[in-house]
Amino acid sequence: MGKYILKRASYMIFTLFIIVTATFFLMNAMPGDPISQQARKMPPEMQQMLRHKYGLDKPIAERWIMYLKQLLHGNFGDSFVTPGFSVNEIIKYKMPASAWIGIQAVIVGLLIGVILGIIAAFRRNTTADYIVMFIAILGVSVPGFVIAFLLQTVLGGKGNIPIAGWKSASETFAQGLRFTILPTIALCFGSIATYARYMRTSVLDVINQDYILTAQAKGISRIAVAVKHVIRNAIIPIVTILGPQIATIITGTIVIERIFSIPGMGNSMIEAINSNDYNVILGLTIFFSLLYIVSLLLVDITYSLVDPRISLTKKKK
Amino acid sequence: MGKLLEVKDLRVSFHTYAGEVKAVRGVSFELNEGETLAIVGESGCGKSITSKSILRLIPSPPGDIKKESQILYKDKDILKMNEKELRMLRGGEISMIFQDPMTSLNPTMKIGKQIAENLIVHRGMNKKEAIKEAVKMLQMVGIPNAQERVNQYPHQFSGGMRQRVMIAIALACNPKILIADEPTTALDVTIQAQIMDLMKELQNNLGTAIILITHDLGVVASIAHRIQVMYAGMVVERGTTDEIFYNPKHPYTWALLKSVPRLETKHKDTLYSIKGTPPDLLKPPVGCPFASRCEYCMEICKEQMPKPTKISDTQEVSCFLLHPNAPKVEPPQGIGGKL
Repeated sequence: MGKYILKRASYMIFTLFIIVTATFFLMNAMPGDPISQQARKMPPEMQQMLRHKYGLDKPIAERWIMYLKQLLHGNFGDSFVTPGFSVNEIIKYKMPASAWIGIQAVIVGLLIGVILGIIAAFRRNTTADYIVMFIAILGVSVPGFVIAFLLQTVLGGKGNIPIAGWKSASETFAQGLRFTILPTIALCFGSIATYARYMRTSVLDVINQDYILTAQAKGISRIAVAVKHVIRNAIIPIVTILGPQIATIITGTIVIERIFSIPGMGNSMIEAINSNDYNVILGLTIFFSLLYIVSLLLVDITYSLVDPRISLTKKKK
Repeated sequence: MGKLLEVKDLRVSFHTYAGEVKAVRGVSFELNEGETLAIVGESGCGKSITSKSILRLIPSPPGDIKKESQILYKDKDILKMNEKELRMLRGGEISMIFQDPMTSLNPTMKIGKQIAENLIVHRGMNKKEAIKEAVKMLQMVGIPNAQERVNQYPHQFSGGMRQRVMIAIALACNPKILIADEPTTALDVTIQAQIMDLMKELQNNLGTAIILITHDLGVVASIAHRIQVMYAGMVVERGTTDEIFYNPKHPYTWALLKSVPRLETKHKDTLYSIKGTPPDLLKPPVGCPFASRCEYCMEICKEQMPKPTKISDTQEVSCFLLHPNAPKVEPPQGIGGKL
């Protein structure tokens, strides 16, 4: 297992290198640069001086190599737009909010989606099944930001649920929870739909397997058959879609954080793109990519844990 | 030998979009303690449905066991049992093994645990005792390294080994009846013989009655005490193994016997096969269901279903050829007898 993870890690570094390079050149292909954006009213000579100071007047290939060198030291550089803040610091301050929303959305989406799928499968062709399938179709066809606006209109401001915003530093976790309700729902709605749909199909597939008949013929209770034999086997395909779903959540946060004005990394990302803040764009892209690659690795490891037929390393004969 | 199981007028239908498929149409039979009854017939004749009905494993809907049917186990009607009684019966009193060992075991559960499940429910063992017993069961069905094997998963076993595991699961609680639904169909011939020998040996040791479902008369010859031939959801002939092999009376039984490959068959001879297909059970024929494929078919056969005629205490045939007015017909040459 250790050897496998090491091998995957080396692939990861290669993947990240490609991502960094592609992002770097694409970003530079965008019109303007951080200086022209921020210092529009400065005379061109001063802009030129600033460019020289930040090394932006050097040829692009040279800057690329410089950036890679800097990365090797674990340093993402400084923000051009918010002076005095390094990208590392931005990630450090903005990550907790994003992580909170993201993890919550992954867990809630998985739990509710899988449970709905199981209900739909065991109660197939009943009203419960039709309702779940309706939610599923709705969830995959309506984009997250539409759901977000709908939630704000319908639920926002009602009771204790705020339309947008984030907990202040003095508030506790429990007090802050109310701010996360709407963004979490908006973020995981699509996942719920996907999981429910997959789980229903998967359960129906397993129910018709011969080994379920074997289990029934043993005389064990219906619940034991459902839990140990049906659900245990039906959950395996769900692990497969967990990876892409995590990606959906990560990209979802970028839009959702903006809508609910959550001080997270997604929000910073949009601000950085709008102001051509090169280092922040690159830093956050790398961070998001890393998150995704690592979660894919975790999914693969999980896969080998839930399905004994799959082993990540070649077995010794 | 006491009567253990009695099936009376079993009728099973499936409700499909096309209509009601009458898969089993009034099957009655008995099973005595310690005996082996073989139910023989081609695909779709209702033999599997009959066997699954005994454990009420027919999914409903679309399956539907008719009200007039009775399946008495020790004089108690299985079809009227409640959930709990049924669970105690399944695996405890009556066990079942299925056709395809490759798909009949749960792929994500260790072999030992799959055997233990049975023991925990029916013999009140705790997990540790059950796993210990599972090892003994694996040894009993001839799996080497049982101690190690209990902790393995089905994909680490070959087809024949898996069928042995299935037998271990089925026999774990020492049931009175073992229903084996085509237990050797998915296995190659040498493994088939091993599995049949194993079942015979275990029956001698444990005294389990076996209902053996198969389409292969060759498999039946060495193990069955009695044979019942089914066609289109009905029993057309029944008798002891000797009667069926040495003195068959029904043209369908003849045809089945003729289709068994024999040692003396020449290499270039084409193996006999019954022409045509079984009738559509959406609209079962009024007369004898075999009429359209029968070489000896008479006018009456298409109009009426023949009543069973007793040949001996044990042999019974439903065919108009046995009517006193019917022409005398000799069975084809070279069928049956010793295989």
